[in-house]
Parts: sequence; structure tokens; C-alpha cells
Amino acid sequence: MSDRCKFKQYVWELPLRWFHWINVLAIVVLSGTGFLIGHPVTLGASASDYAMGWIRLIHFVAAYTFTVSVASRVVWAFIGNEHASWRAFFPMFSAKGREKLRHMVRYYTLQTHQVPETVGHNPLATTAYFFLFLVYLGMILTGFAMYATHAPGGIMFKSLGFMYSHFTLQGMRLAHHLGMWLIFGFVINHIYSAWLMDIKEHGGEISSMFSGYKFTVKKGD
Amino acid sequence: MSTTRTEPCNDTRGDALRNEDLSISQILKERGVSRRDFLKFCSTVTAALALPPSFAPSVAQALDEVKRPPLVWLEFQGCTGDSEALLRSANPTVGEIVLDILSVDYHETIMAAAGHQAEAALDKTITDYKGKYFAVIEGSIPMKDGGVYGCVGGKSNLERARQVCGGAAATIAIGNCASYGGIPAAAPNPTGAVGVKEAVPGATVINLPGCPCNADNLTATIVHYLVFNKIPALDGHGRPLFAYGKRIHDNCERRPHFDAGQYVEKWGDEGHRKGYCLYKMGCKGPATFHNCPTQRYNEKTAWPIGSGHPCVGCAEPQFWDVMSPMYRRLPNVPGFGIEHTADAIGLGLAAGAAGAFVVHGALSAMRKDKEPGEDTKED
Repeated sequence: MSDRCKFKQYVWELPLRWFHWINVLAIVVLSGTGFLIGHPVTLGASASDYAMGWIRLIHFVAAYTFTVSVASRVVWAFIGNEHASWRAFFPMFSAKGREKLRHMVRYYTLQTHQVPETVGHNPLATTAYFFLFLVYLGMILTGFAMYATHAPGGIMFKSLGFMYSHFTLQGMRLAHHLGMWLIFGFVINHIYSAWLMDIKEHGGEISSMFSGYKFTVKKGD
Repeated sequence: MSTTRTEPCNDTRGDALRNEDLSISQILKERGVSRRDFLKFCSTVTAALALPPSFAPSVAQALDEVKRPPLVWLEFQGCTGDSEALLRSANPTVGEIVLDILSVDYHETIMAAAGHQAEAALDKTITDYKGKYFAVIEGSIPMKDGGVYGCVGGKSNLERARQVCGGAAATIAIGNCASYGGIPAAAPNPTGAVGVKEAVPGATVINLPGCPCNADNLTATIVHYLVFNKIPALDGHGRPLFAYGKRIHDNCERRPHFDAGQYVEKWGDEGHRKGYCLYKMGCKGPATFHNCPTQRYNEKTAWPIGSGHPCVGCAEPQFWDVMSPMYRRLPNVPGFGIEHTADAIGLGLAAGAAGAFVVHGALSAMRKDKEPGEDTKED
């Protein structure tokens, strides 16, 4: 155990934390309502009820919220601090990034006892986030393409025309289901890794997503 | 309207009807169709075209003046279901009247002529009326091995299609086979079957998919051409918007049950008897564009969902492959057995990930790791 002092560093800015928790809430709501849309339960007592109507409305509102949040995070990658930067998502394209990536892989595969320190994003995590954002993009495109079929000829339908010419609606439905399961797989990984690094790194990994601060051996600027 | 019953078109090709100078309304008059019934027909077809009622007089006026266009109907790789749908439609239907007002010069199933005589009639029509006749194509066109899997009179379907569709004012691909290949094109598609537009890319093709096509939509398409002298507006899959512009789900009479949350859970249950939504029984109405709920079949009395069967999506490209399984919401996941639904696979994936991390967590908990120090801090 080290008894040295650690330095407090402001890593995650407020908008980024908001994007994170909005995404969490939206994904929980979208998955719950999505399950009920894919496997509906007979909830209506009479034909005048609107159970599925409300479930779908909640799904669509959450979908718009999620889309705005994801799009904002992408914009933030160009205006936020260095930890939020788009550069953090491609560690494999720099020698330093590759070195950190290698160390992280060695640690995760139990080949070294030395816990690597990461001030901002863990390079292995950002690599996963890049693919996660591709899944998000797929979910947003398939979701809105299916949604827009209620108004063929509308602006949304027309601007998603490339989706209809490349994929079938049933194919999009299938992809939308599988995408949700990929996100679930990611979430399991993400929560476990955050928990592991919080325990091993002693840097306030989990609380940093609430407060924005991490505690590191490296001195801040 | 039973007084206007007309004879089947194959044995009524009298000299008077052969007279190309007669307008459609004159022909109908000769056939005993009253002016009142003619105007009724015009109103019906105006509604089918999704035009406002004020257009009915324009339709009537145009049909009064227009001359009969020659039409050839070719049967390729299909089951003749679309011809059947047309001929067996209720009497006297819009469809039958149109068959009567059109000069059908060639139709394998219903023409009296046979053999070389019939082929000669076809050749004569497409030569004499080049650029003016309609072609209706039923069935897919086999492309594999030079098109040897479908031949009539020694000519392959592909060769005939190029010849006939190329010179037509417009080609109507009737049914899913002619539109997109249909059932013959279903995997593994042994004959390399494709739809007309894919086989003859240069042709002006109007797709009227469906299995079979609703005869009312064929009539409306032809009337649209006669009235406006151009083909109707088409969607991205080449289908007229008046008939394929809305999803079945959005015009379905069972839609209130969907929104309410009332579903058929299994065949013959209480919900099924009460006419609840068939979504959980694999209905493809949410993925299918067609006017079945409003246009219906058999004198507008019935249609599949109205009769308690889920939509199978027969108006969509490659429906046999993409809409299967017929009684499930989602397609099967490629590479997995047919009993594996997407969600079972997803659950397995999530459980596998969770299991792997439980093991990793246990191993990590037992290890004495060194926390980051001066030598391993980020630089």
C-alpha cells in the first residue's frame, strides 16, 4: 500500500457527465419499453385503452432524447477538454496510446500485477466506446427508419431513404433487437470494469462520473 | 348491377369490339353497360386511385374519349394466381370491365388461339402498336443459364420480356413474382429468378406486387394511364403510391387493439375470437405497404387480417425470405438453428459476458495487485 498523497484532478466536465447519465436513463427506458414493444403483454382491458400507445410514446421520446445526447457527445468530442476529445478514442493510432493499450490488455488478462493509471479514459475502454458508438448509430438509424414508416413521404422517411433501399424493415427489426443485446453485453462489461478499477486503482473511478474528479499520482496541470 | 354482367373476354371478341375507333364508353354501351353503371365505375376507380371525388367526372370524360389501348399479358415463371384473381373477382367488377375495355390481344391462360397462331398475334400487336400497347407481365423471369428455365414457343422468357417490355408504353409487373421475383426467387433461387425491372432495366415498369395482386389496383393503374396519359407516382420499390403509399398497420381495422394493448396470444383464444391485434402471431402489417385494409378483396368484403390471419407481407420485395417465419415477429438469425430467436441469442450473449466477468472478478479479487505508483503513473 502506498501512503503517498494523490492529486485531485477535474477530469469529466459537467456536460459530459450529463450525456453519460442521460444515456444511462435513456437506455434503461428504451430497453424496458423496447421489450414490451417486441413482446407485448395484453395490458388493455378495453379497446379504448392506450397501453401500447403510451409505451411507444415513451420509447420514442426516450429515443429522441438519446439521439440528442449521443449527437451532443460527438460534438463535445471537438469542444470538450483533452479527456473528452475524439483523439482519446483512437489510442491505437499513436505510439504512446499503443503502449498504454498493451499495458491495459496485460493487466486485464492477469499477466501483470501492476495496475496502470489512467487519468482520463482507459484506452481499452475508449476502443470499446468507439464500437459502442457505431452500435448507437445503428440503433438510431434502424429505430428512426422503422418509426418513419408511419409517414411515408415525410421528411424523415425521405432522408432515411438509403436505409430502405439497403435493408428490409424486418432486417432492421432484427438488428434493432440484436443491437440492444450488444449494448447489454457492453453495459455488463462497463459496470464490471468500472468496479474493478475503482477497487484496484484507488482513484475514485466510479464517483468521478458523479463529481468529475479523479485522484491520481500524476500531478494535474 | 347484375344486369351489366358481361361475357368472359376470350369469346367475345366480335368485330364491333375489334373496332379500334370506338371509345371506351361506346364499347361499354354496346356491351349493355348503362351510363349509370359506367359512372359508378368511374367513382369507384377514382376512390381506388385515392383521388378526391371531384375527379370522378374527369375520369368519366377521359374514358368517354379515350381509345382502347391494346394489351398483351405474358405469363412467365408464376402460378397464374394474378390472372385467377382477376378472372374470379366478383361480377361485374371494375377489373372485368377494364379487361373488356382493353383490347387483350394475347393472354396465354384465357385466349382462344394457340400455338403459332397465338405467337403470331403477339408479334403482330407488338409490331403494329410499338410504343402504344401495354404489357402486363405475370411471373418472374429466370436468368440462370441463359434463361433456359422458362420458354414459350421456343423463346426464353427473358428474350420475350426484352422484346415486349422494351416496346411497350408501360409494363405492369403484376404480382410479387413479376415485381421482385416472388416465390421462384426465394432462397436458394435455383432458376436465378428476378422481377421485370431487373431483367429489363430500360423498360418503364409499374410494380403491382401482392400474392396475388388486387385486381382493383390493376384497373386503377390502367385507368390512371388512360386519364392522365402518364404512369402514376411510384415509391422507391416502383409501386404506385395510391395503392402502396401507406402501411397496412396504419390503416388496419385492428389497430385500436394494438394501441390498447389487446393481442391474440394463440390461435382460437378469446382474443382471436374477439378480433384482437395479430401482432404477436407474426403479423407483418407493420412492415408492409399495401391498400388491403381499405381496398379489400371479393367485393370489398374481406381481407386476410379481417379474416383473422396475420399479414404475411406479400407486397414487399423478397417477402418469402424476409418475412419468414410467417407466424413470428422477427426473422431467424442467420447461422443459428430455426428455434433460436434473436432474443434467446442475446440473452446467451449477456449471460456469457456476465459469467466471464464473474470469473475474472473472482480471480482479480484473489490477486494482490500493486496500485499505481510513481513508476506507473500516466505521463
